[in-house]
Amino acid sequence: MSYRIIHYINQFYAGIGGEEKADVAPEIREGVVGPGMAFKGALGADAEIVATVICGDSYFASNMEKTSAEIIEMMKKYKPDAVIAGPAFNAGRYGTACGALCEAVVKELGIPAVGGMYPENPGVEMYKKSFYIVETPDSAAGMRKAVPAMAGLLLKLLKGEKLGTPAEEGYIERGVRKNKFYDKLAAERVVDMFTAKLKGEPFVTEYPMPQFDRVDPQPAVKNMKNAVIALVTSGGICPVGNPDHIEASSASKFGEYDITGIDDLTCDAFCTAHGGYDATYADEDSDRVLPVDVLREMEREGVFKKLHNKFYSTVGNGTAVASSKRFGAEIASRLIADGVTAVILTST
Amino acid sequence: MKLELHKVKINRLAWGDKTFAKDGVLTVNKEELLSVISGDERLARVDADLAHPGESVRIMPVKDVVEPRFKMEGPGGVFPGMVSDVDTVGEGKTLVLSGAAVVTTGKIVRFQEGIIDMSGPGAEYTPYSGTCNIVLILDNVENIDKHDHETACRMAGLKAAAYLAEKCTGAPADEVETYETPCFRDAMAAHPGLPKVAYLYMLQSQGLLHDTYLYGVDVKKILPTFLNPTEVMDGAIVSGNCVSACDKNNTYSHQNNPIISHMFKRHGKDINFLGCIVTNENVTLADKKRSSSYSIKLARTLGVEGLLISEEGFGNPDADLIMNCWKAERAGIKTALITDEYAGQDGASQSLADSCPEADACVTAGNANEVVVLPPMDKVIGYPEEANVIAGGWQGSLAADGTITVELQAILGSTSELGFTKLGAYTI
Repeated sequence: MSYRIIHYINQFYAGIGGEEKADVAPEIREGVVGPGMAFKGALGADAEIVATVICGDSYFASNMEKTSAEIIEMMKKYKPDAVIAGPAFNAGRYGTACGALCEAVVKELGIPAVGGMYPENPGVEMYKKSFYIVETPDSAAGMRKAVPAMAGLLLKLLKGEKLGTPAEEGYIERGVRKNKFYDKLAAERVVDMFTAKLKGEPFVTEYPMPQFDRVDPQPAVKNMKNAVIALVTSGGICPVGNPDHIEASSASKFGEYDITGIDDLTCDAFCTAHGGYDATYADEDSDRVLPVDVLREMEREGVFKKLHNKFYSTVGNGTAVASSKRFGAEIASRLIADGVTAVILTST
Repeated sequence: MKLELHKVKINRLAWGDKTFAKDGVLTVNKEELLSVISGDERLARVDADLAHPGESVRIMPVKDVVEPRFKMEGPGGVFPGMVSDVDTVGEGKTLVLSGAAVVTTGKIVRFQEGIIDMSGPGAEYTPYSGTCNIVLILDNVENIDKHDHETACRMAGLKAAAYLAEKCTGAPADEVETYETPCFRDAMAAHPGLPKVAYLYMLQSQGLLHDTYLYGVDVKKILPTFLNPTEVMDGAIVSGNCVSACDKNNTYSHQNNPIISHMFKRHGKDINFLGCIVTNENVTLADKKRSSSYSIKLARTLGVEGLLISEEGFGNPDADLIMNCWKAERAGIKTALITDEYAGQDGASQSLADSCPEADACVTAGNANEVVVLPPMDKVIGYPEEANVIAGGWQGSLAADGTITVELQAILGSTSELGFTKLGAYTI
């Protein structure tokens, strides 16, 4: 039995038309269309393109989330084992559509997806972490080179074969870290690297240093008298018993807790879920991490208008930046909806 | 300084009337062992069990692992400031029960304790699946202060390790390793043409369950200082810490620090290894600045051309690691770093909390967030339900059939930043 593949292409490669037809709605056709013929040859007997999805680039770009969901629904009845998208070469909107769709395929259908793009296609930067994108030349003249590489990688993924490095397999580095066992202890590897560096011999670092987002601070609050202030912490403060089961490390969630009428975080009611610092003193008095007591005094003195009646808490310990960004965006939207004008963030 | 490690190889454990080592078997008098560690009013119950490589046994939550060693000749005793007096160690003859380890378990002190599987997929990740383990089960009295709880468990492990090795003095060594470190006057003149280097040995020191002891001194209170590698082999550094289980440096990994042994292998051939600068990883910025400046001052005073730097833990100490790196590089000292990574379960996030362009030679011991499934074992020594709360676990980590799904960070020593495993990571 061969694997069932669905191929995604845009209106141009389906022969419907160019820019003037870029607003056509998605449709699914049985069998191969356009470049699907080339893939048919490259995939051989192991896999078959059972259907082709066609969508106009502008249509997709105008509502990416909705279109992805629509196409995923269309695909389900064909019971695909994998999806091939493009290749999109250097066509920006086509690449972005391939990326958004393949991200949804991997996430929603749990099957592999392979695309093909020129490294400068904006779809690469946006979606390379989500699926495999084979590096292609910048125009359709590179089709003959792109197709066998994409087909080969897809078959390896379908068969669960071990992949080599991005350079060996021909895909664009996804920036995703994977563990592996080396032949040597890490201690021996670092001493090897150290002596190579001292001698001026070539060596390859195992972890190129990351570039960090730098977030500019907001302008200062000019009128404190009218400020509604909320407390948000990565120090893990939560009600005793940790009702939301926020993890001690690598948190998958944050908690929202009501402090209406609470002037002081006492040890019978609050503690920390954090597993990365000496928690004794936070458990004794959680105000040390989340200063509700002091802010209540200031609220009474009229230093600011109001302390928000909810605080938000997660554990920063070993928590991925991607998770932190997600928590931050969600917390910020709730704070804005509640009319909060300033936030005190405490870390540990 | 000259230290001989007399290694008696152990490949089997047995209970018996007497504690002794013969023909690769360490026989232990359980009653005597328990009498050595009992009498601590902080512990309500002490018991012991045995676990061998390949057995269907899980040990958790594990606090520390200690290699049995005993000073046969020379000044001082093992674990100075802990179970021996505070005399300087690192000379003479030390007996090592190589292949045996004391593992401390019992009721959880805090989230940062780990898992050892003696077989199955989990065993591949922990170095302590390969040792014959004398497991101490230490249950605390009710309402004990957590610092006291940790101290009681730590002391029991060290006492047991010293006791076991002491009882085996006289057993013939299967191997004798000799380490000699000359005084600076001679060391500086030795090996002309080879670069002089030192090892900047970072020790976790963030507070409860994050402390490390040097000759019994809590290292958060030290200024960086010079240490002879042979002192480390005699237990001058003791772990009292439970950063996440994967990247805390257990006492066993200090005693057998593989960075030190590989530096010695290159000594006289590619490098002139002068010794260790030990430093801490305190939580305040002032401490970080002070300790990194002082460490690099020591390195400059020694006139080293290179500094190999190992981290302990992650997150906050990444700042210490990076500060040590750029201060050394900007002082003209070349560095290589060893760390581990927290890139998220999907591996897609940044791995470190801090970085600098000078850190261009970095070895990683793997992504600690990667998820592993540990199938049930026939026997569990300790408390498996803690899988739901330890760092790396979550509510639901322990399934009804005993399967545990956790991040690697819950497995003891799996991403050791002393480089004690073969794990690493690469970018796909």
